[in-house]
Amino acid sequence: MISLAAKDDVLARTSRATRRFGSFTAVQDVSIEVGPGEIVGLLGANGAGKTTLMRLMLGLLPVSSGSVSVFGGPPSRRTRARLGYVPQGLGLYMDLTVAENLRFYAAAFGVESSPADLPDGLAEAHDSLVGQIGLGRQRQLAFACALSHHPSLVVLDEPTSGVDPLARSALWDQVHDQTDRGVGVILTTHYLEEAHQCDRLVIMAAGKVVARGTLTEITRGQRTARVRCESWASAFNALTAAGMPVTLSGRQVRVPGAPREQVLRVLRTSGVDAEVDEMSATLEETMTMIRA
Amino acid sequence: MDFGVEQVTVEIDGKAVLDDVTLSVPRGAVTAVVGGDGAGKSTLLRCLVGLRTPVRGVVHRPSKTQLGYMPSTSGTWLELSVAENMSFVGRAYGIEPQVCARRIGALLQQGGLAAAVDRRAGDLSGGMRQKLGFCMALLHEPQLLVLDEPSTGVDAVSRVELWRMIAQAAARGAAVVMATTYLDEAERASSILALDRGRSLLAGEPAAVLASMQGAIVEADQPSTMTWRRAGTFHEWVPDRALAGERRAVTPDLEDLVITELLRVRSGATGTP
Repeated sequence: MISLAAKDDVLARTSRATRRFGSFTAVQDVSIEVGPGEIVGLLGANGAGKTTLMRLMLGLLPVSSGSVSVFGGPPSRRTRARLGYVPQGLGLYMDLTVAENLRFYAAAFGVESSPADLPDGLAEAHDSLVGQIGLGRQRQLAFACALSHHPSLVVLDEPTSGVDPLARSALWDQVHDQTDRGVGVILTTHYLEEAHQCDRLVIMAAGKVVARGTLTEITRGQRTARVRCESWASAFNALTAAGMPVTLSGRQVRVPGAPREQVLRVLRTSGVDAEVDEMSATLEETMTMIRA
Repeated sequence: MDFGVEQVTVEIDGKAVLDDVTLSVPRGAVTAVVGGDGAGKSTLLRCLVGLRTPVRGVVHRPSKTQLGYMPSTSGTWLELSVAENMSFVGRAYGIEPQVCARRIGALLQQGGLAAAVDRRAGDLSGGMRQKLGFCMALLHEPQLLVLDEPSTGVDAVSRVELWRMIAQAAARGAAVVMATTYLDEAERASSILALDRGRSLLAGEPAAVLASMQGAIVEADQPSTMTWRRAGTFHEWVPDRALAGERRAVTPDLEDLVITELLRVRSGATGTP
């Protein structure tokens, strides 16, 4: 097995990395690290700079200022050979078979491809065209291709988008198999349930890091008001009319960041009879507050 | 039933892609259809709006003018600007120009698109384009609003905004049905229908569906073919809590329940968990 970064306990590091496209700054002053055996979750809105940051780490784009170091040096073809990458669009050839895609990737990295690299459900589809196997299995194949050269660091851009929970669970098993072997993983997701699977989170907004830490650290101290009443619609309409950031959960109306008294006052003024209590905010609610 | 489908079967090339599925979409509520790729969500919604004809079963829908449909591709015209997309839809439904202009202003404001009225839909981010598609489906204030994966690929914060607009349409009395792959999102709907390979897997109010689960979900020490990973641990379904011995029981959520059902169906087991 390839020895991982033994001396420095960091596989990849960006230091005040900035990337501009013309007058637009996609990534600004971002400093993050990925170590062996850990999963770093990169969260944030579409356009927050997550994919650009990943492309800087992969060496697909140069930084405008700041620096990126991968396995102790600048990104290059040599570092790319130790990186596994699954882009949002998967990067598979739809008109080639499963086996041909795997062989192509292995050849590009100069390694032998082995059908043993394929998970069970995919091995059955060995000779099927990738365009015909369904998104869940396409995602599994993209993983297998990205891992065929046994990389030390894996970069995954929305790895589980669009698949059912069982397929998602299987993909996460593959991610954890990697970290159990000491591989570092950095990934993006819009599915905040998955943030629980990450060791650390980095939240980006408009190109900058706006929060970082474990899930517990990020959500600590954030509160949300919960409204329970006969007619959720009247509470929802009253709070919306008052310009509050209302969300709906079943028949419960929730107002992240709003003090209980303020919510009660608005409801009372509008003649809505309701119970209001305060509780810990979810990660999703916390993210709406961080941005606000 | 206000709107919905009863025991519909849809075949494509002689193969049932939807098999004996029933879905009720009541007014003033959000109903969620959940499932992965190929589960039949889009086919079900297309059947509901009349773009697919079932070989069996009954469909309840309002007249075309009372129907709003957003396809999974958002239904926007990429070469038209945000404003042009909206006014085109307004004219297609014959909405009185002044009323139309007022509604467009209000919808784009809520959707955070007011500053982007002159941008081409093709130049919008995925989240903004989905919100535009939603505003277009809602412009004529339909009684039935059918949304096909409005939030797939949309970031979490935009998803909250989108969900707020969806809830608002329901609060005004529309019957709303949306397809989603996100179970945490489905858990917020008034009722859900989970599909797998064209068949109904679970249906009802999320709380009732969870309460009706037999057996228990417990933590497992190591992975097996019947466990799945949640946060830092593994979950497993057991038919009887007593069989799990010392293992810690967990309060299941919709994700646990859907995975339990999927494992049962895929392994060909009989009986209900």
